[in-house]
Amino acid sequence: MRLRLVPRLKPSPVALYGAPVLAIALTVTFGFFLFLGIGRDPWAALYAYFIAPVNSAFGLSEWLLAALPLALIGLGLAVGFRANIWNIGAEGQLVLGAIGGGAVALALWREDVPGTFVLVCVAGALAGMAWAAIPALLRTKFNANEILTSLMLIYVADQLLGWLVHGALRNPQGFGFPESRLFSPEAVMPLLWPGTRLHIGWLALPVAALAVWFLMNHMVAGFRLRVGGDAANAATYAGFSRSRMVWLSFLLTGGLAGLVGAMEVAGPVGQLLPKISPGYGFAAIIVAFLGRLNPVGVVLAAHLLALILIGGENVQMLGVPVAVAQLFQGVLLVTLLASDVLVRYRVVRVGRLGERARG
Amino acid sequence: MNARIPPSSDDAKGNTRPARLRVSGVSKQYPGCLANDDVSLDVRAGEILALLGENGAGKSTLIKVIYGLVAPDSGMIEIDGKARAITSPAAARAAGIGVVFQHFSLFESLTVAENIALGLDDAARRRDLPRRIRDIGERYGLVIDPDRVVADLSVGEQQRVEIVRVLLQDPSILIFDEPTSVLTPQAILGLFETLNQLRREGRAVIFISHKLEEIRTLCDRATVLRGGRVVGTVPVAGASVNDLARMMIGQEMPALGAGSAGQGGPVQLAAHNLSLEPANPHGTALDRLEMRARGGEILGIAGIAGNGQEELLAALSGERLTRTAGAVTLAGQAVGRLGPGARRKLGLGFVPGERLGRGAVPPMSLAENGFLTAHWRVPLTWRWVISTRKRNAFADRVIDEFRVATRSQSTAAQALSGGNLQRFIVGREILSDPRALVVAYPTWGVDVAAVAAIHAALVALRDKGAAVVVMSEDLDELLSLSDCVAVLYRGQLSAPIPRDQCTRENLGLLMSGAAPLDTARTPAQGDVDAA
Repeated sequence: MRLRLVPRLKPSPVALYGAPVLAIALTVTFGFFLFLGIGRDPWAALYAYFIAPVNSAFGLSEWLLAALPLALIGLGLAVGFRANIWNIGAEGQLVLGAIGGGAVALALWREDVPGTFVLVCVAGALAGMAWAAIPALLRTKFNANEILTSLMLIYVADQLLGWLVHGALRNPQGFGFPESRLFSPEAVMPLLWPGTRLHIGWLALPVAALAVWFLMNHMVAGFRLRVGGDAANAATYAGFSRSRMVWLSFLLTGGLAGLVGAMEVAGPVGQLLPKISPGYGFAAIIVAFLGRLNPVGVVLAAHLLALILIGGENVQMLGVPVAVAQLFQGVLLVTLLASDVLVRYRVVRVGRLGERARG
Repeated sequence: MNARIPPSSDDAKGNTRPARLRVSGVSKQYPGCLANDDVSLDVRAGEILALLGENGAGKSTLIKVIYGLVAPDSGMIEIDGKARAITSPAAARAAGIGVVFQHFSLFESLTVAENIALGLDDAARRRDLPRRIRDIGERYGLVIDPDRVVADLSVGEQQRVEIVRVLLQDPSILIFDEPTSVLTPQAILGLFETLNQLRREGRAVIFISHKLEEIRTLCDRATVLRGGRVVGTVPVAGASVNDLARMMIGQEMPALGAGSAGQGGPVQLAAHNLSLEPANPHGTALDRLEMRARGGEILGIAGIAGNGQEELLAALSGERLTRTAGAVTLAGQAVGRLGPGARRKLGLGFVPGERLGRGAVPPMSLAENGFLTAHWRVPLTWRWVISTRKRNAFADRVIDEFRVATRSQSTAAQALSGGNLQRFIVGREILSDPRALVVAYPTWGVDVAAVAAIHAALVALRDKGAAVVVMSEDLDELLSLSDCVAVLYRGQLSAPIPRDQCTRENLGLLMSGAAPLDTARTPAQGDVDAA
């Protein structure tokens, strides 16, 4: 006797919602013994992971702030991924957004223009779109693989930022440190929640989630993207232009990633630094898939991932080695993705085939 | 052994030899479908057994079980009275079973001999292969040059390669899966000679088909499958075509074809001096092709696969653009440089040959699949926003008017049977109110009831004044449906031949290139192009 996976005719609703619960339960069980095994108090470690980050107003605000970039970029990526268009370079588009937004903030430094932060955000989004337009153009004109081009442009963007903060955008009174001036108060994102670092940019999240949901479910363009992903031949047959799909998804993601970059430098950071993002553009790829490319799912996945990133930092303060913290995060992601199998397949027990065929 | 299925005493040829192959109680469950339900049959030495059934009746699954490609949930296979466990195709071949599949597995860039050598289990037997290929060819009327490259062979010749490959293993049991579906009428007669020779040599042959006339001329007995179950096994000599049809579809045969002639009107869809490179290295270029489809008429396009069908369909639908706009015209307007969407807005409809994955998006609902092409011409949106209400109402109309058997418009396309999905796709295109409708292989893999419904719908569209172009490999379908038939051969199209002047014979000669093609091209054009 052995177990076999049999495809379900349609996804099981029980498994659809049960699978993430099962994954988290398995991870917590695994983590319990993991922390016990290395001689730490498992209850304290799990508390530090899942409760401590959100049991104070400040913790809650930091959690929302960390989830914001992941969610915004993940929403954009989910649109393209749905059509099998692979923008892997959101990290680079984010960096360009930081450069574009930062450049506007520095150009208007001490100019006392009210609402400069709006211009900063717009400039960031436009810069991100411009960076994303490069792989889109290479794909549509020369059929260059967008995975490679968008990925490689990340490193170009990093170098560009480094060159600017060492040169043109460096703080003249900064004793030669590779960083820009601190932005004027007009260029900094106003706070949404006084006393915390959560800024007004958070409002973009519900707007973007709603807009992506509406695009994908109610607009002709979103329908075409879904057809392009489900059956490329059907999209060709129906006369849906692949080039337009590539442009739409790249510009959308580039714009959102650029906005995130601008909001990072005009928000918690307040100036241009050689390193802006701790890898939001990469983590957002995981977020998009974890959220099943569905807007609500992406927002939830972003908050889950933000939680375990913050939790990972917390347990290190308890003396848990960083490798163990990362191991725990890895286990959560693997069990989440593995439990996905149960949504589309059911497990059946089968006898040995030969015996039954003869019987 | 004989107690379970007694040898039938009413055999016309008095063949009372014991069964060479006996299949008993085979069942196979797929998710959502019981493909074989307690299927039993037997075939004797020196006999051709017809395995008859509609698409989806379970014929292919049964063959896969016999050939070891699919493990059955239950059932037994006996050869010459002994139970054999056939767990792989190699085991099946070792047991003396050979299968000629409907879809060939040949490498187009290799020669005949190389292809056959690749398929042999035993390396030692590859020696003097060309001589043995010729020997077999002479004995069975399967003349084939071992040194020719497969890509240069006609479909009929490729099938010969497949048959020779199987015969080299000297099997005692041969299975032919719908072998006539790709052949010209002349090639079918040649195949029947081969099959008769195999029978004379005392081999057991299973011949799979849903064409009743072929079975009447060739076979000794027929086992009929319907919905995965054996309906019965009858001697062919005592059964009429109607008897077999009733067993196969469970009801009287519905009327197929047009019945009445169309009234030719103005030209709606035309190709003029249309040349197009092949889409892939083994495709066929279109060579200054001329085509005129009149409103109120059904133009049939006959031809053996690989003579430019894919290219012509892509050029007409707009999936590939022609170099000059005037190469394709729709209602007098040059559309050769317009994509599929723009052509649809101008009134072109298109039913592709591939239903799932091209004509319909498998996981999407029927409502969304209706919207897929209809939104170009039917108002289903409010600017860029889809009107869910109108979209669903359109799908409901298609389901209702074309009697698509489904629970609702929210059912996924992939959950429909082939016939039902084809009804939906044809219905969607017709309710988009086209001036011209191009239909590729409309009834391939479709049950008889759906064939009748689709034919009737195409005729009704014709009678409303639209031009209908039907491309099919099934000559009987074209002859019953079309007002005139044109033959596609090596990228050129013959002038349309009125239905009353068409016969299976003269079309067959044109399709195989044995008779010169009379294209509608004027000599002057050829000169201009050559200059």
